[in-house]
Amino acid sequence: MYRDKTGGARAGVLITLASALALSACATTGGSPEAASASDGKAAKLAATKPGDPVFASTYKPYPNVATAIRGATVYDGKGGKIENGTVFFSGGKITAVGGPDTPIPADIAVFDGTGKFVTPGIIDIHSHLGDYPSPGVDAHSDGNEATSPTTPEVWAEHSVWPQDPGFTRALANGGVTALQILPGSANLMGGRSVTLKNVPARTVQGMKFPGAPYGMKMACGENPKRVYGGRGRMPSTRMGNFAVNRETWLDAIDYANDPKAKRDLGKETLVGVLKGEILIHNHCYRADEMALVLDMAKEMGYKVSTFHHAVEAYKIGDLLRENGVCSAIWADWYGFKMESYDGILENAAFLQREGACVVIHSDDANDIQRLNQEAAKAQAAGARVGINIPDATVIQWLTHNAAKAMGIAEMTGSLETGKMADVVLWNGDPLSVYSRPEKVWIDGALMFDALNPKTRPVSDFELGQPGEGDVK
Amino acid sequence: MKRHLVLGAVSALALTAASPAIAQDVTITNARLVLGDGSAPIEGGTVVISGGAVVYAGPEARTDRPGGTVIDAKGAWVTPGIFATVTTLGLADVSAVGETNDITAGGSPFSAALDASTAINPTSQHILVHKAAGITRAATTTMPSASIFAGQGAIIDLDGDANPVMQARAFQMINLGENGAARAGGSRTAAHALLRAALREAQALAGKPGIPETTEIAKDDEVFLSRFDAEALVPVVTGRQKLYVAADRMADIRAVLALKTEYPKLDLVLVGATEGWLVAPEIAAAGVPVIANGLVDLPETFEQLGATQSNAGRLAKAGVKVAINAASDRDPRRLQQVAGNLVALTRMPGASGMTWGQAFAAISSIPAEISGMGGKAGVLKPGALGDVVMWTDDPLEVGSVPTRVFIAGSEQDLTNHQTRLRDRYIDLDESDRPKAYDW
Repeated sequence: MYRDKTGGARAGVLITLASALALSACATTGGSPEAASASDGKAAKLAATKPGDPVFASTYKPYPNVATAIRGATVYDGKGGKIENGTVFFSGGKITAVGGPDTPIPADIAVFDGTGKFVTPGIIDIHSHLGDYPSPGVDAHSDGNEATSPTTPEVWAEHSVWPQDPGFTRALANGGVTALQILPGSANLMGGRSVTLKNVPARTVQGMKFPGAPYGMKMACGENPKRVYGGRGRMPSTRMGNFAVNRETWLDAIDYANDPKAKRDLGKETLVGVLKGEILIHNHCYRADEMALVLDMAKEMGYKVSTFHHAVEAYKIGDLLRENGVCSAIWADWYGFKMESYDGILENAAFLQREGACVVIHSDDANDIQRLNQEAAKAQAAGARVGINIPDATVIQWLTHNAAKAMGIAEMTGSLETGKMADVVLWNGDPLSVYSRPEKVWIDGALMFDALNPKTRPVSDFELGQPGEGDVK
Repeated sequence: MKRHLVLGAVSALALTAASPAIAQDVTITNARLVLGDGSAPIEGGTVVISGGAVVYAGPEARTDRPGGTVIDAKGAWVTPGIFATVTTLGLADVSAVGETNDITAGGSPFSAALDASTAINPTSQHILVHKAAGITRAATTTMPSASIFAGQGAIIDLDGDANPVMQARAFQMINLGENGAARAGGSRTAAHALLRAALREAQALAGKPGIPETTEIAKDDEVFLSRFDAEALVPVVTGRQKLYVAADRMADIRAVLALKTEYPKLDLVLVGATEGWLVAPEIAAAGVPVIANGLVDLPETFEQLGATQSNAGRLAKAGVKVAINAASDRDPRRLQQVAGNLVALTRMPGASGMTWGQAFAAISSIPAEISGMGGKAGVLKPGALGDVVMWTDDPLEVGSVPTRVFIAGSEQDLTNHQTRLRDRYIDLDESDRPKAYDW
């Protein structure tokens, strides 16, 4: 289990502690190292599990649920479809049927009257730091940036996630968020692996991990890496330095992939995962010109960018982004707080939609994640004012199917289609209005929040015994 | 075709821009008229502006005469301009670009003496962008950096002309929570000791007998209070200048209210007050208004453990005068969205929100009153400034923006960097020339 056995007594203590834990794991996996016989005089051969074997595997299982139908609601299916007076029926944690008022539903199930209400797929935030930068945001909780090297593809965001972050519960209750991607921060050019979570309260991060979701890798363009490392008198200190370090790192990863004798390297395993298309690139990149350069770097090295995040200037190159099949994960109205956000405009999403490019509305924020629907509505309205009329159902797609697609989970969630996970939000009104809120939120068919029942408000360990425990928030 | 439409709109604005900002006499009729005083909208309302001021606002039937240019609002929402407090509008172009940022001055020996009115840039893009979002007046201030004292904030207008400052040195702001503790050297006790020392010096400078004068309070290179700062606090301790105190924790709020017993003349305003709902009756009894964080609902700090979006609603219900803190969300232009969310809370079981009229007042007349502009700004009634905004839709609805903005009777050009980028990138056609020639 331990490759490096330096450290004598200290390591010995650790091993003693670890061995008790290791016993049960070994018994179930059958992967215990072969015990060497005392007679051959050799040390036991130690080994970690093989690269690619599941580690930190999801232990999430859908919570008990009852067959449920919502009738009479306006239904947005997440893929641009809209059904007036619609029916959504889910059972066994999966969507069973979606249709009009005539959709047959069994007699003995829970039925909610959706008259005047709206149903959408669960909202998905492609860009969150909940858990990695949790509340309270004290230094001891600052776990989102391994800002000690410009490239840290070896770190995994899931190892920083604090499941007790109260932010998860707010995103659920106020935002209808049922799945989210937790990304490392943007101090580094290559910040590490992301993790996709089901937004269910859990004691461990494994209890939240979205089963079957691919990993992502966070990259960052521009100001942040060059400021963080340039400020320390080391490379990169410029945008050209950013690209040089990135390209050298990719070339090393390619060499690694081609060398069967290479010593195992966690960072390069992540990079090779990207090169093989198994890990998706989520690239923080504000400026249009830098996004264009990244696309060429990706071609040079043989990988694909899934999504540009914070793509404030994406509207300047909507054609290029469409041609490359890259999504833009954007805010509605953030602008002007740093130089590379100076050209932020409200019409960004609408202009991308006009070009047929993929739009995702993201939060990057523990507050905005509670109102992604409102951010989308702002972006929609800005388009309408310049004659770009985007249907409500398409706008909902920005927060659901498009996010799921960019995260590689669209086969499982992000739309109300038969057989998909029953991740469903019932809104008490038009979700694109400031006056509407989630009334009920189901995750895999289990009712995880009900505004009408105070006991369905999740309360994190941190909030127990504190002022406002169990309050409406 | 789209391009045509937009360019047409721009040229109409350009004409307005070309003419000097002279107050027009304007009558807006057939409006869904919001007075800003907390009342419900008036259908078929009329507002008459003359000489830069409101001369009438109310039901159409009671107007004597339409004056000046008559605008038929065709049922559109018409409101007073939004009054944003607390902001840093005009004090930075790009906050992360230090050279453009006058919000903090951590390297300065001055704190309370800092005077925002000396640095307001009326053509800052933030001012232009926020004017286009319907904000016509703002309380703007430097922020605490070298000491617990932020400096003296100003009341500004957003018309972009040569004189943005309506009232210089309108208020002093301090922080008596975690932030103030850090600035004072590491604890709340240090912040309170520093505040009391500073107020004592101010009293001495104001002529109170029997108190020695200190030249400065400093540690190593850090000056917590210079003689000049103490002088700047004279109007605070004598009650001539408002003292805005940022505090969030219940206990910190109580400590702020207690200052009144030591310094009865202090004209206190609470800022933030995330846990205010826990002490709402005490705040109401003290008669201290609150510029409350609107939608803060996370225990982002240990002084915000009780955070809830229902804070503002609960404070209002307890009888506290509540404005929404523009600094509590991303940008002040989100005030309308925050107010709309407070209305949404009224439909949520267990939550406290505000009626539509209350919520709009919390971003118009009430912040104006707290800022000493009661009856002048944030409200449409005779004698008020002619700040009027016409909207595309319900002004508290996300996506609703102004179609026309008048400040003191002058119609405003709503062009800014963002609208120019929008017009340039209305298409990506570079077949004839690069985009640089499209302007």
